[in-house]
Amino acid sequence: MEMKLALPEEVLLSVEKPERYLGNEVNAVHKDPADVRIRFAMCFPDVYEIGMSHLGIQILYEMFNRRPDTWCERVYSPWVDLDRVMRQKRIPLFALESQERIRDFDFLGITLQYELCYANVLQILDLAGIPLHASQRLYTRSSEPGQGRERMPAEDPVCPEKSAGEVLDSGITPSLKKRSGERPDQVPQEELALGDGAPIVIGGGPCAYNPEPIAEFFDLFYIGEGETVYDELLDLYKECKEKGVSRKEFLLQAASIDGIYCPLFYRPSYHEDGTLKSFEPLLHTIPKRIRKQVVKDLDHSPYLTKPLVPFMQVTQDRVVLEVQRGCIRGCRFCQAGMIYRPTRTKSLETLKKNADQLLAATGHEEISLSSLSTSDYPDLEGLVTYLLEKHGKTENINISLPSLRIDAFSLDVMSKVQDVKKSSLTFAPEGGSQRMRDVINKGLTQEDILRGASQAFQGGWNKVKLYFMLGQPTETEEDRRAIAHLAEKIAELYYDTVPKENRSGRCMITISTSFFVPKPFTPFQWAAMFTPEDYLTFAHTVNNEVKASLNHKSIRYNWHEAYGTVLEGLLARGDRRVSRVIEAAYRKGALFDAWTEHWDWNRWVEAMEETGTDLSFYTRRQREEDELFPWDFIDAGPSKRFLLEEWHKAMRAEVTLNCHKKCSACGAAKFGCGVCFDYHAERSGAKTSEAGGSGMI
Amino acid sequence: MRVRVKYSKQGLMKFIVHLDMMRYFQKACRRAGIDVVYTEGLSPHMSMSFALPLGVGMTSDSEYVDVDLKSALSSDVIVNALNESAPEGIHFTDARQIPVGKAHKGMTLVSRADYTLRMTKEDPWDPSWPEEFICWLDQPEILVLKKGKKTEKEMNIRPLIYEAKFVSGGPPVTDLARPLSTRQSPLKNNPEQPFSTQQPPPPEDLILSLSAGLDRNIRPELVMQAFARQTKREYQPFRFLINRDEVYADLGKEGRHRFVPLIDLGERIP
Repeated sequence: MEMKLALPEEVLLSVEKPERYLGNEVNAVHKDPADVRIRFAMCFPDVYEIGMSHLGIQILYEMFNRRPDTWCERVYSPWVDLDRVMRQKRIPLFALESQERIRDFDFLGITLQYELCYANVLQILDLAGIPLHASQRLYTRSSEPGQGRERMPAEDPVCPEKSAGEVLDSGITPSLKKRSGERPDQVPQEELALGDGAPIVIGGGPCAYNPEPIAEFFDLFYIGEGETVYDELLDLYKECKEKGVSRKEFLLQAASIDGIYCPLFYRPSYHEDGTLKSFEPLLHTIPKRIRKQVVKDLDHSPYLTKPLVPFMQVTQDRVVLEVQRGCIRGCRFCQAGMIYRPTRTKSLETLKKNADQLLAATGHEEISLSSLSTSDYPDLEGLVTYLLEKHGKTENINISLPSLRIDAFSLDVMSKVQDVKKSSLTFAPEGGSQRMRDVINKGLTQEDILRGASQAFQGGWNKVKLYFMLGQPTETEEDRRAIAHLAEKIAELYYDTVPKENRSGRCMITISTSFFVPKPFTPFQWAAMFTPEDYLTFAHTVNNEVKASLNHKSIRYNWHEAYGTVLEGLLARGDRRVSRVIEAAYRKGALFDAWTEHWDWNRWVEAMEETGTDLSFYTRRQREEDELFPWDFIDAGPSKRFLLEEWHKAMRAEVTLNCHKKCSACGAAKFGCGVCFDYHAERSGAKTSEAGGSGMI
Repeated sequence: MRVRVKYSKQGLMKFIVHLDMMRYFQKACRRAGIDVVYTEGLSPHMSMSFALPLGVGMTSDSEYVDVDLKSALSSDVIVNALNESAPEGIHFTDARQIPVGKAHKGMTLVSRADYTLRMTKEDPWDPSWPEEFICWLDQPEILVLKKGKKTEKEMNIRPLIYEAKFVSGGPPVTDLARPLSTRQSPLKNNPEQPFSTQQPPPPEDLILSLSAGLDRNIRPELVMQAFARQTKREYQPFRFLINRDEVYADLGKEGRHRFVPLIDLGERIP
């Protein structure tokens, strides 16, 4: 067998888990490069085990590879051990399937699932040998890997101090271009043709809803769900490449496609206080607003049939069955709950078919129902019954049901699919007091929680996990203590409901708190954060209260990293200037910041000092209601007016009903599908039948 | 019905660790629609056992796994169904019915494995090493430190090396299959022969037949490390490409060996 390897064998056998770098998984797609026109490298900028567990990439991988003219391959962040070797030996980053170097590809698609992967984005570009800045890529070809970290900013052909817009400016208007001769320090540069130099670097995923902190590094962003306009973009690329147009010309044309954002063609300006003054396209042909892409009908959109099956154990070692997109709940801290609106469900028939197909194609022994709130799926009972009957009993397939509300139905289902003694039940009240839960619009009362816990204890469970957030708007010390009190009440309930003879030891209640990070496109996007020290004080308040409780031996408490939270806050709501911090931190060695054992807060502190970035400006400030946000040019559905209304209601601890109960006119109805459509259709339907009824009498 | 499945593991698959091969095989059976019996108990799992784990970095023509099937399937159906979803590098070659019972399990029976070692082209040893290797083997005792999980103990590996020969496309350079006492060492007793006079092409592959199994298992690297250390050569990992050629049971009696490939202990299923 011919064995094509980008890495020498002794390197593969000396790094941890060589299976990460082979690309020979079951259902991996191999094509003859001579048969295709477009080479697409799809990247998840984290380690293989994490990246392989991401459903979105798998959907797009199969969708792209259905095109006869396109070969989509994968690439993940080389782990720290291989990263070192690649820099030493100058081995360029390669795609897994073909083992060919990324820099020769047409596209490098990077999914942005969390902010702490931003340093890894630079690692990917750098190891590939791709110039880090999109503006450089107009004129500079890819080169040796690893130079982006070694070279100091001042040596860059394009000074990163300058905005991409300025660089481009000189190229866009011919008059300006001619005048470039007036600047003797600048060597006139030749514009590169499309396909010559570097792949088109395109970002997507939830973090693309505020692309500005990483806008300098991307040629394009795809805002929204990938299934809709990628074909249009690939067709355009093919056409432009055939015509031999310049890279810039292609980007100009791509920027007119719905949902595609090309940062080079927009320029921000700032007030003296540092807030955003304006954010405008440089040309009138470039759209002012980018509307996110939405799949209207999930039953008839391209879906997975043959997911990749890795050899090594990955985080998500099971079939993931996406039952719906979006969430009707409207929790005010939750970005996913806003940007994936409107909620759209798949029909039971589609899901049955998907499940059969996915299990047969993978051989997985477990299937997991995936959505933001699976309990809200209208025919959950029918689906679970089908899976149990068809696959659970006869084929020994496990069924896992994350994100279920705990109630009588879900407990009944769970007792059928899991081993009660081993498993624990998870509640996510997010706020300790009822007031706090009303502020965040969690729609979960203490009675709901206690009832669920009581039923669970009667059903034989004795392990409960509780998730909360600390540092939310309006939160007081009393709200923090209430977290411990709620856990104490649940522990008491266990000893009250379960008679001594039926107990198997004491119950175990685990409280986990994370620190709240305000995200764009949520009602809390105006909120202020705290300092890491504040966060730790909050956690200590909870900890002391837990220790003081009667049943403290049954309660365990752990809390998240406070410094990482603040960094996430900076990156989540940052503007274009934040890209300098990211680049400086990367040069100082930042990598795998989402991994506690690898991340180093000091690098980021130094990077902020070096770039003159005021952390508190981005994190500690409660934003003005009329402030222009860096992400406001994106139309994610829910309007800013709606979000502001929700922010005000939060301040008054007023709840908002979910989309099934009452439409809040958030703005997502403009997509004309999902729950918005059903809701209004139902209403008008109900009215007609009422009218008809009265007519008959 | 208990079936012994034989497959080869080549190419990129050599980087896949044994534990992941077990995971692979379970999923492969599901994809192939082969109904494997599940064990009873709290966490049921597929009833299957691998004869002899293969170290990462080695290729193999003869990997064996015994599985219990719920219903009868023919040898051809099993092999074809498994091959249908097999990735490049995995090829199922045979499936045969074997008797049920612990004594018949591949894992219990394994007693010998043959390996082919090919020196990689970068930085090779001096051309005289094969001669020296043969001489080196011609001693009653080769002591090596074998690392256990907790302890290190010295053991004599010489009796565990059943056979060693060099092949180079032509006839084997020497054959160690004969008993030690009757064999002549080419260097010691006959310095002119056979290397210097006949001048055969430099030997390419070393074929080693080693004791294998649950208690007296030695790996080819262990032999080569011992040789390198005792002849003052530098041993680096990955110096050799190693392929496992076959795995045998020992059906001999009264101290005499009779080695039979594991697959030959089963019956083809029509």
